[in-house]
Amino acid sequence: MNLHEYQAKAVLREFSIVTPRGLAITAADQCAAAAAELGGGGWVIKAQVHAGGRGKAGGVKLCHSVGELKTAAESLLGSRLVTYQNAPDGQPVHTMLIEEILPIARELYLSIAVDRAAERIGLVASSAGGMEIEEVARTEPEKILRETVNPVTGLMDYQGRNLAFGLGLAGDQIAAFVKLVKACYRIFLERDLALLEINPLVVTTDGRILPLDCKMGIDDNALYRQKALVELADFTQIDPKEAEAHTHNVNYIALNGAIGCMVNGAGLAMATMDLIELSGGTPANFLDVGGGATAQSVAQAFQIILADANVKSVLINIFGGIVRCDLIAEGIIQAVKKVGVKVPVIVRLEGTNADRGRELLANSGLAIIAANDLNDAARQAVAAAA
Amino acid sequence: MSILVNKDTKVICQGFTGKQGTFHSEQSIAYGTRMVGGVTPGKGGQSHLNLPVFNTVKDAVRATGADATMIYVPAAYAADGVLEAADAGIRIIACITEGIPVRDMINVKAAIRANGANLIGPNCPGLITPGECKIGIMPGFIHKPGKVGIISRSGTLTYEAVWQTTQSGLGQSTCVGIGGDPIKGLDFIDCLALFQADPQTEAIIMVGEIGGTAEEAAAEYIQAHVSKPVAAYIAGLTAPKGKRMGHAGAIIAGGSGRAEDKIAALEKAGVTVAKSPAGLGEAVMAAIKRAGSRE
Repeated sequence: MNLHEYQAKAVLREFSIVTPRGLAITAADQCAAAAAELGGGGWVIKAQVHAGGRGKAGGVKLCHSVGELKTAAESLLGSRLVTYQNAPDGQPVHTMLIEEILPIARELYLSIAVDRAAERIGLVASSAGGMEIEEVARTEPEKILRETVNPVTGLMDYQGRNLAFGLGLAGDQIAAFVKLVKACYRIFLERDLALLEINPLVVTTDGRILPLDCKMGIDDNALYRQKALVELADFTQIDPKEAEAHTHNVNYIALNGAIGCMVNGAGLAMATMDLIELSGGTPANFLDVGGGATAQSVAQAFQIILADANVKSVLINIFGGIVRCDLIAEGIIQAVKKVGVKVPVIVRLEGTNADRGRELLANSGLAIIAANDLNDAARQAVAAAA
Repeated sequence: MSILVNKDTKVICQGFTGKQGTFHSEQSIAYGTRMVGGVTPGKGGQSHLNLPVFNTVKDAVRATGADATMIYVPAAYAADGVLEAADAGIRIIACITEGIPVRDMINVKAAIRANGANLIGPNCPGLITPGECKIGIMPGFIHKPGKVGIISRSGTLTYEAVWQTTQSGLGQSTCVGIGGDPIKGLDFIDCLALFQADPQTEAIIMVGEIGGTAEEAAAEYIQAHVSKPVAAYIAGLTAPKGKRMGHAGAIIAGGSGRAEDKIAALEKAGVTVAKSPAGLGEAVMAAIKRAGSRE
């Protein structure tokens, strides 16, 4: 689960990290009051969407009058912002953050995430803050500083100093940076984050260090113990079909192809998409009904797939382990009867109770095509969609 | 021979009297696994599935000499369950539970490393030595005792690999579902080393997927240390680039996490890579043939 920038900065402030002064607005007529409260003669106004690359996409504007602020807010609020990370459809803008403009001397980069190889929490810092940090990692790896944290000791001061000196900070800034990075580490732990990224972390001309932007993602597995953060979830940032699937415990990602897929297990679901493309077709979605699939969740999944008008055929690929194939077959029959499927449905069942499942489908009187094996299933689904 | 578990392995179940624990313990017993009891705190002294229930893993180990456990407790309690088992001296800990917070797993992994136990998973189907010992949720009947060692990050894709090697008659020595979580117990390399040393295993299948760099690391290990034929499949070649918020994951991981890069690394190490999940059986046959012609 992701947070908006203004929400993430509120979390930073809870842990005594100083952020640029700012106010979130949801309507253009709130600009004047926000500008008056922040004071000064210029502000930055930023669209709040769950994606990076907002600046290049026109979602961040510098304004020097209340009129300019209002114009920017009017043009962005209610629109969809398309960035290189959320293309092609973009995400809706319903909140904007207005902040003071800081006198920037340097732009740095700081992030915390799980380092899978080290099996620890890892920190990355760079003196090359800005948009293209992945590019920096590729072309100038010497500009990327890293530390991994021993879970027994937690983040140590020396690790903060390694980063601070490596970034070229000096004097009082060393202690200030160490304090900031340790607070970020505490947030990462205590709020069960999957990602905390500050890009850029700016050094102002008067020597202060502040997070100009902040992205936070929360570990979905830990949401049960992060109730306060769950309240901040913004489902408008997710594809509506994906949000609907989520409420039925089905893992669904919409794609642009013609063959709807229903599979158990994420690995097999990806493999099924691979097989469809190898057979000359295009998948309409990724859909994992999960290990605890029931007749009811299969029926729900079916309806989600069919809600996509591009779907020309449906491929159901189930290897029953815990999931029994006869239950899956019942779900398919229920769903087909209920929603009246007009496209060919190809089913491949294998594993636990596969014979009984195939029998149920054969005796259902419905036009469901049984496939002999994985290749046969993909071939038939592709042929039916052509 | 086989790796990690065999007919003599004494297995307990944590979360024994719960719905999942009960169902899968019944399945394991029916398969012929040497189940010796289970643990549910507060139900010690009772009997369940004709086996003794204990309050603690320590009690279970003392009374039964158990050396393996399968864990079905809910995600919020799973880290506690794994460490309880390790502390009680259990050698093989299969954690089936999915959805464990990554912060918990970082601490668990550090403790397990110091303890020396073999953790399998979490978020995995478990492990099985066909005809001898089934610890986990895989359907037993698709397996057949034989010569292929299987290591897989994905549950249902493991079953595909198993089914294809059963149908081709090769069978399996041991199958290990290492799980799909970012922080986990045994990894590809740990299992490759065990299979390389196991005389029953004549060939190895590796099933990987996009994300992380474990497959690339395995490729390097194979090049240096594995003489047995290896076949692989990497799921997610056509998966669209996920919607990501930031870049930190990719930078910290180092590699791209892309299927193309994993396949290239494995092929460079002499691994026969199947283009399709339906081609795993053929790929391992081809790998065995290639190895034969080299000799």
